[in-house]
Amino acid sequence: MERYEIRLSGEGGQGLVLAGAIVAEAVGIYGGKQVTYTQSYGPESRGGSCRSDVVVSDEPVDYPICTRLDLLLALTQKACDSYSPQLKNDGILIVDENRVSVVPPGSFRLCRLPILQTARVKLAKEVVANMVCVGIVGMLSGLASKEDLHKAVLARVPKGTQEINRRALEAGFGLANAWLEQAAGGTPCLVSR
Amino acid sequence: MATSTANSIELLAGNTACAKAAIAAGCRFFAGYPISPSSEIAEKLARLLPEVGGRFIQMEDEIASLAAVIGASLAGKKAMTATSGPGFSLMQEHIGYAAYAEVPCVIVDVMRGGPSTGLPTSPSQGDVMQARWGTHGDHPSIALAPASPKEFYELTVRAFNLAERLRTPVTLLCDEVVAHMYEKVDMAALAKLPIENRKKPTGAPGRHLAYAPGEDGVPVMAPFGDGYRYHVTGLAHDERGYPTQNPAVIAATQRRLHDKIEWQRRDIVQFETVDCNDAEVVVFAYGIVSAAARQALRLARAQGIRAGLFRAITLWPSPTEEIAALAEQVDRIVVAEMNLGQMLGEVQRAAGNAKRIDTCLKADGETITPEEILAVLKAGRETHV
Repeated sequence: MERYEIRLSGEGGQGLVLAGAIVAEAVGIYGGKQVTYTQSYGPESRGGSCRSDVVVSDEPVDYPICTRLDLLLALTQKACDSYSPQLKNDGILIVDENRVSVVPPGSFRLCRLPILQTARVKLAKEVVANMVCVGIVGMLSGLASKEDLHKAVLARVPKGTQEINRRALEAGFGLANAWLEQAAGGTPCLVSR
Repeated sequence: MATSTANSIELLAGNTACAKAAIAAGCRFFAGYPISPSSEIAEKLARLLPEVGGRFIQMEDEIASLAAVIGASLAGKKAMTATSGPGFSLMQEHIGYAAYAEVPCVIVDVMRGGPSTGLPTSPSQGDVMQARWGTHGDHPSIALAPASPKEFYELTVRAFNLAERLRTPVTLLCDEVVAHMYEKVDMAALAKLPIENRKKPTGAPGRHLAYAPGEDGVPVMAPFGDGYRYHVTGLAHDERGYPTQNPAVIAATQRRLHDKIEWQRRDIVQFETVDCNDAEVVVFAYGIVSAAARQALRLARAQGIRAGLFRAITLWPSPTEEIAALAEQVDRIVVAEMNLGQMLGEVQRAAGNAKRIDTCLKADGETITPEEILAVLKAGRETHV
């Protein structure tokens, strides 16, 4: 596999730094691929721009920062505006349907999902939105098995929170699968990569 | 699929690598004041040090932090601190003290955008000259620049080895990207790195001369608490450690401080070359910029530009002889660094005025990208042809 670039982006406090680390661990440690993970955030602990980059390859990764994105997850309008121009033509753009109202034009595949609402309403805990993201990104990138994603989540989250985080991960799988089905088989390769 | 070493593979972050390496190297004392983007080093060591019988102290500021480190080192412990540019500025006075009093210590500076408080969470390589000349007076300097979490581990061990062997402060100049980046690392392989320990005096306490050099120019260091009593000062001092104004003694000590480093220069100066043999142009880079350069090399070669990389691992003493040798071979050198030209001066000096040197410099809180280096490689070529 050639270089595959994933960027998780949003604002400080959404847990995307941890989410990136978990995706990287699932793909690299449990899945055995070469991986690097970098993060970029502002001085604020809440708010401010935040992103984490996961670069996956069969060969050791030389440059760890994303330059041409295969998959972009954006949880704020600002993140979507900033990074969607870097998407490859056949890349995937995942946006939160309530926080991102305007999607710039492009030939990428758009995946609009109720990520934050799922965490807030269905799971009754907005802070686990990042684990919903892990489930979605894991599924749509096709780079990690469900089993490896489960292992990576459970290894990283604090004791006593495993169950809610596991459910959040499953909710992410559910959202991703629903989108894949709705896409009417147009992109079956996504899960068999 | 599982191999015997599979369990030792970790997704390791740069700052965590540094903390774990410090423990492995024998560091048993850390004093510091947390500051982005170095804070995780203190955070990890606060947990790891007590587990091995070491001490962690959060001090009131960076001046006191290095003072405490120097004290611990004089008492016989391998000691370190970690900071970023603003804290590194505050430490400068004590770095000079450690250099002159010959107290081994490791100072990690995870560079962020400056000057002043600058950009707390953004990458930079702006402290390169500060690591050389930040403290006053004629002092030697050793600074190492890791380009990956794995290398941050290796160079942390090396920094302790050099500090202990040469009785000198050693600075690790890391950039924010490497500090916060994760990569897969085989911890079992890293556990085999050689560890050097400080020599101890063998003579009776009453007869030991604290600053009488050995053949390598390094005095044997007596730990306080073992019965050896001597005077430690930042004033110019004689072999007993007492202040002196004797020009001959002062001159000899000044010379020796440089000689002990210079005599081991070939061992201290480390670098890596990539695809330099047939290169028409070579990128000079270090830290995370060298990672961007690697990708730029591949992009350039795909377009028919024979590009190579000279990656400096040791920044101080600077690899001037090695750059001079390289300059003989290639038409052009491109210096890429996240500042407005700090190692650039070293490259210019080493390569000479006749050599064509182009630059890819950036100091805006963002990393230099492979495409930006490629653009300089291509642009220079077009104007050159």
